[in-house]
Amino acid sequence: MIHTQEIQAGTNEPANDLNENLVEMKGVKKSFGDNHVLKDINFTIKKGENVVVLGKSGTGKSVLIKCIVGLIDPDGGVLNVFGKDVLTMNDKDLSEVRTKAGFLFQSGALYDSMTVRENLEFPVLRKYKSKPQEEIDTLVEEALANVGLEDTADKMPSELSGGMRKRISLARTIILKPELLLYDEPTTGLDPITSQEISELILEVQKKYKTASIIITHDIKCAKITADRIMVLDQGAFVAEGTFEELKNSKDDLVRSFFT
Amino acid sequence: MLPSIKRSGLQQALDYLIAMCRSAMIAQTGALTMENKDTQAAEVKKKEVASDETPPQYPLIGALKAFVMEVGAISKFAFQYFRELVKPPYEFRELVKQMHLTGYKSLALVGITGFIMGLVLTIQSRPVMAEFGAEAWIPGMIAVSIVREIGPVITALICAGKVGSGMGAELGSMKVTEQIDAMEVSGTNPFKYLVVTRVLATTLMVPILVVFSDTIALFGSYIGVNLEGKVSLTLFFTKAFESLDFSDVLPAFIKCFFFGFIIGLIGCYKGYNSNKGTEGVGQASNSAVVIASLMVFIIDMIAVQLTTLFT
Ligand SMILES: Nc1ncnc2c1ncn2[C@@H]1O[C@H](COP(=O)(O)OP(=O)(O)O)[C@@H](O)[C@H]1O
Ligand SMILES: [Mg+2]
Repeated sequence: MIHTQEIQAGTNEPANDLNENLVEMKGVKKSFGDNHVLKDINFTIKKGENVVVLGKSGTGKSVLIKCIVGLIDPDGGVLNVFGKDVLTMNDKDLSEVRTKAGFLFQSGALYDSMTVRENLEFPVLRKYKSKPQEEIDTLVEEALANVGLEDTADKMPSELSGGMRKRISLARTIILKPELLLYDEPTTGLDPITSQEISELILEVQKKYKTASIIITHDIKCAKITADRIMVLDQGAFVAEGTFEELKNSKDDLVRSFFT
Repeated sequence: MLPSIKRSGLQQALDYLIAMCRSAMIAQTGALTMENKDTQAAEVKKKEVASDETPPQYPLIGALKAFVMEVGAISKFAFQYFRELVKPPYEFRELVKQMHLTGYKSLALVGITGFIMGLVLTIQSRPVMAEFGAEAWIPGMIAVSIVREIGPVITALICAGKVGSGMGAELGSMKVTEQIDAMEVSGTNPFKYLVVTRVLATTLMVPILVVFSDTIALFGSYIGVNLEGKVSLTLFFTKAFESLDFSDVLPAFIKCFFFGFIIGLIGCYKGYNSNKGTEGVGQASNSAVVIASLMVFIIDMIAVQLTTLFT
């Protein structure tokens, strides 16, 4: 408890230079009824860092990152994002967190009823209600150029291939220049070549905008390309942590099973 | 014993029907979420296991409990709707878009049905009326039955089928493919943006569609009357409006707002709370139509009771 208070007291200080951790989780728990998905999550990520989270299907990886942007409320523990406690923050701060933390959804989550351009404009218009149209156009063009799909602006999402949809989703996620990117299985369901392209794109985005990223995946190639550090989630807690090489030679069967 | 046998037979038939509808729905929406296939398969399996473990022992009690819980959940959803409805900011652009989609895009369908309704009703009732030598009363009778009852109910049922199921499927697939979550992280209240606009749009548009449908139905009836014998348009409409009272028109018009409200509400509720997977989307769309149609009849019954009470 004392710990909680210390961290909350820290949130009143203006700059988070002292506190380099973009996300800090201590003892985070989450259950759905009898399904104890997250039991004891301890996790930090620093500015500019790429952390890959490995874990079997259904271990709560998506739940974990949804907690960070307040889509799911944890049952207990400490969860600080950009130095502020997500659990107790007001709507304004939460919307600030959601602007600074971009979320790439597993299924892409492009709005079916909107064109690619409208999809990209959506977060901008929601954030800045009265931005001049030229500035919005510039942002959209830049975002599309970043993912190499300049000529799709007027297409509908249903006209695009799986890989293209993922790219457009990425473009939409980075259009507000977030400091932290959360990728939920960015390469799942894509062929190996497209997967590699997406992985490289993730790295490019990180270099260009100096973002930190949490990348959830079980695609080991993607992890190899993108990870500074890898963490393995199993049964509601992290069971291993290290660089790609370290974990590859791990003695733990579960950890090694991801690398085969 | 007999009633229980009958019931189980009925239940089997119902299960069969529902299964058929569902597979048709799945075939329709199958393309939506190809990417989620694995998780869906896993989830379907889980469900099967779960239902194997706990066979429902008292189907009636189970059904009753489910019914009460559903009513509670829908009431809560309605309550949230009214709370978000009055709270700024308002999503005017989306509201206009939804009104266009539910109203304008249903005009043709509602118009054609209205026309056939008026025409058929006239042709069918003519022999009986002729027998009594009361052919002159046809316009009045048709006008009363259409304006009071058939126009609102048929139009509402068509809207439940077209608009309600569409909302169930659309919001359901948005939920399944995380579009609703995506909206929320983009600083938008998805309930306000998706649900409030849609429910308000149907509440406002269904009455307008009913007026439109009633008018076309009267034209249909006019043509029906003129298939045999000759009545001028002016005479027909004079006769029709003569028999219509303010007390016929107003309650009929007011109940249309409730029809519209319930169609939007049920469609959105089902979609917004649909389960994962394409199966969930099909189910959402399917039960949106079934429940909304049933509710239209129930509201109609209540409205008629209230009207006779006060007139
Ligand atoms: N909103 C929710 N309501 C109930 N259960 C949920 C919800 N979201 C996730 N779960 C459950 O939590 C567990 C972990 O889900 P998830 O985080 O999606 O797994 P994954 O690691 O594959 O991303 C699953 O058993 C899932 O059924
Ligand atoms: Mg997941």
